[in-house]
Amino acid sequence: MLARRILTRLLTTLVTLLGVSIVVFVVIRVVPGNPIAMMLPPGATQADIDRLNALYGFDRSILAQYFIWLGGVVQGDFGTSIQTRQPVLDLVLRRLPATLELAIMALVIAVALGGFLALTGTRLRGTATEGAIDVGNGMALSIPDFLWGLVLILLFGVLWPVFDISGRVSPSLVPEFYTRFFLFESVLRLRFDLWLDLVRHMLMPALALAIPLAAIIGQLLKQSLKETMHLDYVTLARTKGYGENHVIVREALRNAVLPTLTLIGVQFTFLIGGTVIIERLFSYEGLGNMAIDAVINRDLPLIQGIVIVFALLFTVINLIVDLLYTVLNPRLRNA
Amino acid sequence: MSAFLSIRNLSAVLKGGPPLLRSVSLDVAAGEVRGLVGESGAGKSMIGKAVLGILPRAVEVVEGEIWLDGVDLLRLKPTERRRRIGATAALIPQDPMTALNPSRRIGPQITDRLVDILGWRRAAADARALELLEQVHIPDPARVMRAYPHELSGGMRQRVLIASAFAAEPKLIVADEPTTALDVTVQKQILRLIAQMQARHGTALLFVTHDLGVVSKICGTLSVLYAGKVVEDADVRDFFAAPAHPYSAALLAATPRYTDPKAGLNPVPASVIKAVDAEISAFDRGWRNG
Amino acid sequence: MLDARDMVKRRLGLRLWLSGGWLVLLLLAALMAPWIAPHDPLEQDLFTSRLPPFWMAGAEPGYWLGTDSLGRDVLTRIMYGARVALIVALVAGTATMLIGAALGLIAGYYRGWPDMVISRLIDIWMAFPPVLFAILLIAVLGTGLTSVIIAIIVIDWTRFARVVRAEAMAQGAMDYVASAQVAGQRRLGIMLREILPNVLPTIVALLTLEMGIAVIVEAILSFVNLSISTDDPTWGGMIAEGRTSIHQAWWVLVFPLAALFLTVLSFSQLGEGLKDRFDPVLR
Repeated sequence: MLARRILTRLLTTLVTLLGVSIVVFVVIRVVPGNPIAMMLPPGATQADIDRLNALYGFDRSILAQYFIWLGGVVQGDFGTSIQTRQPVLDLVLRRLPATLELAIMALVIAVALGGFLALTGTRLRGTATEGAIDVGNGMALSIPDFLWGLVLILLFGVLWPVFDISGRVSPSLVPEFYTRFFLFESVLRLRFDLWLDLVRHMLMPALALAIPLAAIIGQLLKQSLKETMHLDYVTLARTKGYGENHVIVREALRNAVLPTLTLIGVQFTFLIGGTVIIERLFSYEGLGNMAIDAVINRDLPLIQGIVIVFALLFTVINLIVDLLYTVLNPRLRNA
Repeated sequence: MSAFLSIRNLSAVLKGGPPLLRSVSLDVAAGEVRGLVGESGAGKSMIGKAVLGILPRAVEVVEGEIWLDGVDLLRLKPTERRRRIGATAALIPQDPMTALNPSRRIGPQITDRLVDILGWRRAAADARALELLEQVHIPDPARVMRAYPHELSGGMRQRVLIASAFAAEPKLIVADEPTTALDVTVQKQILRLIAQMQARHGTALLFVTHDLGVVSKICGTLSVLYAGKVVEDADVRDFFAAPAHPYSAALLAATPRYTDPKAGLNPVPASVIKAVDAEISAFDRGWRNG
Repeated sequence: MLDARDMVKRRLGLRLWLSGGWLVLLLLAALMAPWIAPHDPLEQDLFTSRLPPFWMAGAEPGYWLGTDSLGRDVLTRIMYGARVALIVALVAGTATMLIGAALGLIAGYYRGWPDMVISRLIDIWMAFPPVLFAILLIAVLGTGLTSVIIAIIVIDWTRFARVVRAEAMAQGAMDYVASAQVAGQRRLGIMLREILPNVLPTIVALLTLEMGIAVIVEAILSFVNLSISTDDPTWGGMIAEGRTSIHQAWWVLVFPLAALFLTVLSFSQLGEGLKDRFDPVLR
């Protein structure tokens, strides 16, 4: 049953990815300006243009181009960047760790902050603190990450400049790393000097991404916690001698988490989508920042590659959430 | 002989609203089985909840004492009160379908009080849980310990909850309409099981129910509640022979009897309701002035 | 019990008034900008560049909120920027609603192959990072107000389609729809007369939300220099410029950011307030 679910999901995932690649292909090929002409120095002959067009396959029909591209992808070849003349896959894989680390850091912050707000609000339900949490959540979730990023830049980059608001790490430290997963690497190698520098750079963009999600988690989790707190098994636990904190955490939390979990899945993909502009705002050298440059430079193969990677990321996350839901809900496990 | 549970003049109101309990006094001696009878809304569940310290937030106790094992619960600090109740009393809840945590295995839900509140060793608590599950006639108790609630039927779950209630050898158990949510066929089995377990462990039992038929089977004494006031407090045999209060008599007449299906099923007459309502408002007047 | 509910109601009322008030103020400022704005939005003057707002030392009278690095008046540009923001909010928001809600209704009520196609499209759209999609579209369509509006419609129709589809499905399963069918009403009639009115409160709440989002998308596109033209004042363009001179002249960033913040917040609070007011259960 579980295997069949996974298989169905994989199949729909494949269809979605194909759809995404077709949409991008169609949208991009409508581009008026010729990207090849932009690459060549002024005074290039028509023969030069034709040669490059043939090299990138732009002289074929759109359908032929698509299948050539698809054939390459199946073999792990995403084409060559027009701008840098490097393989797209290499470029994307070099930037992907930066974006993943930023997104995961944001997710961790959002879950911690949202969970804390929900638990505090439930513990202090009926008090002014709960009201304040509700109002704060309501405001925080209606303001998108882009604006939070700007607010954070003003607060912690200008007004009280304790954080770096540009880049991923101090440039002088880059040679210290062996992998592209700077944050994980710094923790694994116990290099807390590097770790600190990374956090000083990453915390603000991560927080900007995290605030709206934290508010959503806080709101939904608190709501389901409060509903759960009225259930009979929670009351029964109270008669056993357990206090409020224990009852919330051990009896209510696990059952209240399930609806929140599905939501976090969808919202996490939104968060990753938000990295595009947040990376731009904080000059963070990730995939999204590269994507904007690729669009501005009309680097078609690169755009195509980045979009596919994002789409793949989104669908994989949805798949993971689906599985996690099954594992956490005993009713589904052996069904 | 002093009672194990002694409620003295307990009055409670809905915050900013009407009275729910009107100076309730009742005693349950060690090993006694007392029925708490009344129509829905009479406040019988509220008394059980007050004893176990699980009154809803909207309910406020305005006066009275609840003596449990020689201590007035209402005078204790919340943490201490909780511990004391957890160590000496237990609840058999109404609806077995909602009273077990769906995401925790059965075993820990029985043993958690023993380990966390009473400080037992885990192995001893597990052995105790197995023993109790056998006592409530659950087949293959070791497997049930590892099961999740959704794998058990309603009757099985109620057996688990009964085992859980008796596990810590409490001196008092509050059973809050423990058979109402079950199928009729299962109801009788569960009732017999509760009586059996009570006799075996000698636990005092406060049995909350709207069903006088159930009271006649299981209880030794009973208190009849109307509008949050105890209108009669009697020995079960005396009560069924000759109820003292007119409302009790009417309630008894309204109860279907298995021995004589034609008797009973007479609704409580309006004249009786009117009389008892007058009694309640007279009481309220005296209460407010006094 | 009663006074708590009253307090909630009063709070809702205040929320509606405050957010509505800001939006009306903004609308007036946008409409009358050519007459009430203190300066020309494009007028550059290097002698008055980076003037601070009025309460700070070195401020010049008439430049209430200071000037940017080219000497353009910040207040004036915010007022002109409001025109772009509100046009985008109203036009793009409404068009997105019409298209998205229509597709959602069809998918949710007719089911079958239209639902298959629309749901698949929604899946594909959900796999795009929206900002990247919008930037890509502008790159293809060219900059300009119309392109921005089209891009918002293209990326955001799924927000309406998803929610309306789910609601239409739920409504379609109800008894009143079955009885309308038995009574011989046509499918299209049932969809418009029976289903649509029940989904309408949700659509209205989503619409105000979408208007706020449209303003943000426009600002983001201006920020990456891909919205309308570079000269015309937009909040996003001002923010992008303010970001670069943040240490020298913070006011160039702060004031348009505040305007954007308040506008987005007002649209969402307005939606929440309207939903509560029109929700028959809460009323």
